[in-house]
Amino acid sequence: MDILQQISEQIDLGDDEKVYELTATAIEQKIPVKRILEEGLLDGMNIVGKKFKEHDIFLPEVLMAAKAMNAGMELIKPLLLSGNIPMKAKVVLGTVRGDLHDIGKNLVGVMLKGAGFEVIDLGNDVSPEKFIETAKREGAQFIGMSTLLTTTMPVMKEVIELLRIENLEGKIKTLVGGAAVSKSYAEEIGATAYCYDGSNAVEYLNSVI
Amino acid sequence: MKAVLDRIKQGEILVCDGAMGSLLMDRAKEHLKGTCPESINLSHPEIIREIAALYIQAGADIIETNTFGGSPLKLASYSLDDKTEEINRAAILAVKNASSKNIYICASIGPSGKLLKPFGDTEPKEIYESFYRQIKVLVDAGADIISIETMTDLNEASLAVEATRNISSSIPVIVSMTYESTSRGFFTMMGTRIEVASKRLEDSGVDVIGSNCGNGIENLVLIAQEHRKHTQLPLMIQANAGIPELREGVTVYPESPEFMAEKCNGLISIGVSIIGGCCGTTPAHIRAIRNVVDQRGKKLLKT
Repeated sequence: MDILQQISEQIDLGDDEKVYELTATAIEQKIPVKRILEEGLLDGMNIVGKKFKEHDIFLPEVLMAAKAMNAGMELIKPLLLSGNIPMKAKVVLGTVRGDLHDIGKNLVGVMLKGAGFEVIDLGNDVSPEKFIETAKREGAQFIGMSTLLTTTMPVMKEVIELLRIENLEGKIKTLVGGAAVSKSYAEEIGATAYCYDGSNAVEYLNSVI
Repeated sequence: MKAVLDRIKQGEILVCDGAMGSLLMDRAKEHLKGTCPESINLSHPEIIREIAALYIQAGADIIETNTFGGSPLKLASYSLDDKTEEINRAAILAVKNASSKNIYICASIGPSGKLLKPFGDTEPKEIYESFYRQIKVLVDAGADIISIETMTDLNEASLAVEATRNISSSIPVIVSMTYESTSRGFFTMMGTRIEVASKRLEDSGVDVIGSNCGNGIENLVLIAQEHRKHTQLPLMIQANAGIPELREGVTVYPESPEFMAEKCNGLISIGVSIIGGCCGTTPAHIRAIRNVVDQRGKKLLKT
């Protein structure tokens, strides 16, 4: 089997040590970094994302796969930076103010990173102002907001309204998700997209950039 | 008062209370800014007392304490972990003082918010100790039941059961898992099927197996049915009042008291022993459930 395919397979199996070794070997073999990333590491995460979406696997497998991918990324990152291969897009991510639930949000972050996006994770209990300030400062094109609680859902609306006031609507797109959030809620508050999970967020972002 | 498990064994159906969060938001919104719901136990115990009293008036036999996020691991996010003892003790006291009626005080234990190794970065010992510290206070303060709820990780739930058993060998323990409906059936976020959860929980020595949150009443009837196939232990079901929708800027739970109560007939037919409500349910829901249980349940009494 092709070494890139092996990397992809080991990510799917969640074996971080094997991914690390295989990635090191691929670099030694002078395989272009971009190929190692796309046909190896990202390919593996794509497979994992699809399986997650189909409920063939669950959170533990995704987390193990993400760990495995990060093991490969450690070796790849310095080479990517020197090779001027840009990250795909920047996403500012956080759980909204008043909500401390971050397992889902972290999972989205892991999957976005896995898919090659740059993620600025603001953690939980993030104020609308902080989302927007960070997106402006970092030149991020997307803000991803998560909440599990119904009581904190309206904070998402605050962020969208604040973007409107600052004339940033459309320039900075908003992705919303979380246990209590639905597609119709996302539409009602004027979010750019509703993403029900991490792989859905990856799918959406890939479709618009 | 008769022991709760004896009443269940005799075929009685007990009613548990409904949501705490939404009622708390209505009454304590300004006190909740920047802090956690559990801090209200200390700052405004009268509000917690009032909510408990409303559910007792509605006919609940079992009242849950406002301690879902009261483990030191959770409280630490608000720098309140050093107040673990006071917060949990005050929660029990608030329910005790709510009414002169005899009810069971059920201590609510929610997830730690951490992921166990190797998926997350937390050692089992850390989660065990956090549960132990919280549950010890609740048992000492007079909890009648320990309800470990909204769990998605069986390993974490088992740590809470183990902590409870090391504190008291006799206090009734309930574990309620939260399932997601998928095209392949019901699974927890961690990928656990109902069959697996039933067996593992039975082995861990719980007295009642349950499911709460994540679903409206119709899915919880299906979940109860699946549990019944795999365990003979008593069951507890607490459904959300549906999945919340936003109508004109206000979060609305779509399932009415009448709708939920009607569907509770399904739970009774399956043989569920404790029926309550989770997110979005109100005293009106609990009253409606009480009525259905009284009508149907009395016929099932074995005495």
